[in-house]
Amino acid sequence: MSMNSQGRPSGTGSADSAIPETVTGNRGLQIEEPLIFEQDSPGRTGVDLPVVPAMQMRLGTVKPRARVGLPGLSEPQVVRHYTRLSQKNYSIDTGLYPLGSCTMKHNPRLNEKMARLPGFADVHPLQPESTVQGALELMNELARWLTALTGMAAVTLAPAAGAHGEMAGMMAIRAALEHRGEAGRTRVLVPESAHGTNPATAAALGFSVDPIPAGPDGRVDLDAMTAKLGPDVAGIMLTNPNTCGLFERDIRAIADAIHGAGGYFYCDGANFNAIVGRVKPADLGIDAMHINLHKTFSTPHGGGGPGSGPVVFSAALAPFVPVPYVVADAGGLRLVETAEQGTEFGRMKAFHGQMGMFVRALAYILSHGADGLWQASGDAVLNANYVMARLKDVMTPSFEGPCMHECLFDDRFLKGTGVTTLDIAKALIDEGFHPMTMYFPLVVHGALLIEPTETESKAGLDQFIMALKSLAVRATEGDVAYFQGAPRLTPRRRLDETAAARKPILRWTPPAEAALAAE
Amino acid sequence: MRYLPLTEADRHDMLAAIGVSSVDELFRDVPQAARIPGPIGGLPNFAGELEVERTLASMAGKNIAVGSVPSFVGCGAYKHHVPATVDYMVQRGEFLTAYTPYQPEISQGTLQVLFEFQTQVALLTGMDVANASMYDGATACAEAVMMANRLTRRKKAILSGGLHPHYRDTTTTDARFIGFEAVAMPPAPRGGEDLMALVDENTSCVVVQNPDVFGHVRDYTALAQMCQAKGALLIVVVTEAVSLGLLTPPGEMGADIVAAEGQSLGNALNFGGPYVGLFAVKEKYVRQMPGRLCGQTVDADGRRGFVLTLSTREQHIRREKATSNICTNAGLCALAFSIHLSLLGEEGFTRLARINHHKAVQLADRLSGVKGVELVNDSFFNEFTVTLPRDAAEVVEELAQRRILAGVPASRLFAGALKDHLILAATETTTDSDMDALTKALSEVL
Repeated sequence: MSMNSQGRPSGTGSADSAIPETVTGNRGLQIEEPLIFEQDSPGRTGVDLPVVPAMQMRLGTVKPRARVGLPGLSEPQVVRHYTRLSQKNYSIDTGLYPLGSCTMKHNPRLNEKMARLPGFADVHPLQPESTVQGALELMNELARWLTALTGMAAVTLAPAAGAHGEMAGMMAIRAALEHRGEAGRTRVLVPESAHGTNPATAAALGFSVDPIPAGPDGRVDLDAMTAKLGPDVAGIMLTNPNTCGLFERDIRAIADAIHGAGGYFYCDGANFNAIVGRVKPADLGIDAMHINLHKTFSTPHGGGGPGSGPVVFSAALAPFVPVPYVVADAGGLRLVETAEQGTEFGRMKAFHGQMGMFVRALAYILSHGADGLWQASGDAVLNANYVMARLKDVMTPSFEGPCMHECLFDDRFLKGTGVTTLDIAKALIDEGFHPMTMYFPLVVHGALLIEPTETESKAGLDQFIMALKSLAVRATEGDVAYFQGAPRLTPRRRLDETAAARKPILRWTPPAEAALAAE
Repeated sequence: MRYLPLTEADRHDMLAAIGVSSVDELFRDVPQAARIPGPIGGLPNFAGELEVERTLASMAGKNIAVGSVPSFVGCGAYKHHVPATVDYMVQRGEFLTAYTPYQPEISQGTLQVLFEFQTQVALLTGMDVANASMYDGATACAEAVMMANRLTRRKKAILSGGLHPHYRDTTTTDARFIGFEAVAMPPAPRGGEDLMALVDENTSCVVVQNPDVFGHVRDYTALAQMCQAKGALLIVVVTEAVSLGLLTPPGEMGADIVAAEGQSLGNALNFGGPYVGLFAVKEKYVRQMPGRLCGQTVDADGRRGFVLTLSTREQHIRREKATSNICTNAGLCALAFSIHLSLLGEEGFTRLARINHHKAVQLADRLSGVKGVELVNDSFFNEFTVTLPRDAAEVVEELAQRRILAGVPASRLFAGALKDHLILAATETTTDSDMDALTKALSEVL
């Protein structure tokens, strides 16, 4: 080994690259971290609070509780705990996160900074309206952008997430039908390629779900759809662009047909990022559409929420909105918190919506402006088509022609190799990428749905393409063992999900109690 | 545009690789009439950080931040001090910018957090198990009622008049559209409801809140036993999670389901959202729970790890047969809740709860000395109701003009009723001078 002038080794050491077993179980930056409950020292705390003066409690007949059972840790231990846990996560900040229909794009930090301004973050939902005029102005401004970008007549900001927005939209349709005296319309058409939330929402509201098959081009089969129309049809729930990454070419005819039959057109706006600023849903004949602010408008996904799912409505459905909403009158802006028009259908959550997400989304929208959004949706579609074009020779695209913001492959290219879609995904993890959406949509076999988003560079895409290509070649060469053992370089290897579901362990239990329970 | 990495040269090369001459060609499936030829007119174009900050800061500047004035506003959202560590950790990109942990090998951070969160929620509520969070307390309440309907195969819920009206209304909206009965009792600021008299063989559940919206704390042990005798479930709602550091938890009272709001721990007021719904149940009900669940398992090398589990209840697997249409939870808010609670620990959490109670006792005593103010409660945690000789909404507005946020007039929550009732909260953030300012101003305007 070579030495520098201080006698310090300057080489890179042994060429032996096998991963050694370590004494601690740690592997360099991958540090094993026990549960917080396993780091307890009674009496220790990470928050210094004043001593409570003696007092006569006013708890009526309720007894003060003896013990909660929380562990005691100091602040440095807590910081280290969560830092180490964070290092076991893949994130957009880490790298490409091409989950189809999830729109994992860059989350600008400006948006975080804005949401934390005390004038937004430290404002109570029930303080007098005269003291929150700026908050109401922000809601109004976001509503103005959302209606301008969609061409729709009205918007509710109340829903807490996309699925909650679907609920709002379908409740509005039910309310409108009841208002027309047509509550007997209880059947909802849902394409087989729909997100699971669509049929779940319709069924939860008491609608029967009538699936529409996809045609050979991956789109709604218009003849099959019109054949299902009838006087009991409440509407259709259609995702556009759909989950195959395709624009529904017949969307105007679909809208006309459903309207002609007396039903409403609900659009799942999960894929709005493909067309934002370039196509207005109002021009497609849509009556209601939710917008996932955490997708199109880049509010962070946060490891699974919080989301926000405003819904835009056509003039036909505009009277049938949930409360609250903002109106302007002589005294300024105010919230309508209980039904005033008589057609509002009720409240969907406490308070006024996901304000913290509204601030972030508006910061994103103002940063882009009309020209930036135009460019962003164009780049999103360009990136997806580039990935498809570069991979079509080694993988099998499910459908012909250009895609929108995501491209869909099926597992025909794996046929006979013994390697599955899941195996490809797990091997991709070792290459430093988050896998694409797998086995969805259900209309093709072994789906791999890739959505790169507009915030990926060409160099980043090229590296991803190279990795996928090499894996596809490796699979066709029959190296099954390589795939089945993947991932190998992660904090954990494949986890036993069957065991987890068979005998669920959903919480930590103190060792003494656990031992007692085992007896 | 600062968020877009593609250069014009990249775009040119990529179009060539695809074999088209323009991006517009990629949109050829869009009906021609619906294609907008260029950026939408009448809207501003891109803006730099500085310009965006100015626009938004100007809106923020028009609001009175709770922390800048004496504030006594509660009713389901509470101002607490959040340690600096919480927001610093929450903003780590690996937490902030991750998706739902569907790939467990590279999501052990989020998954372990959820497992610890579920345990913390179970401990706080005194229940067996908890899920990985809901949108907020109100939606958790509505989901709890629907879960009780599934479990009992009955379709009538009794909602106490002490339930927060937003929780009540969220539940009645679902009742209307999903098709069950929700019998909402009139507001009972002085208690005295006989909920048991309403329970019959069609009743799936009774929903009570503790402390209730007027601040009263009650022992629901007897109600739980009576519900059980009639085959109905007891759902206990908690809107102030800090109260669980002092009060006998719902689980010990015999609650079947607890639906709670977790905002008080780790989360800012945010003008009402995003917050974090807590949902905890008895173990035997776990397979009828809505929402995500994280469970412990082992990996291929036999090491402990965590995964999302029992997902056969959920919409992405079960579609129209799912227990709920819920897809997201409130992951990042749950993380903030969990970090705050980890910092507090047993010692800090129980002390924090006692400080809150002490502040409220002080405030109640001070206000009782103000002419015309009558304390309604004989029991409370950190919030209580008083009656005023005048319309409380007007008084609150007048005090707001003096930069004091005096509480929530009950009429705002109860559609104009209870005009003389004012609900006030005190927390560890309430100072003696805040109380001085309030009592002085009140004695001047009453």
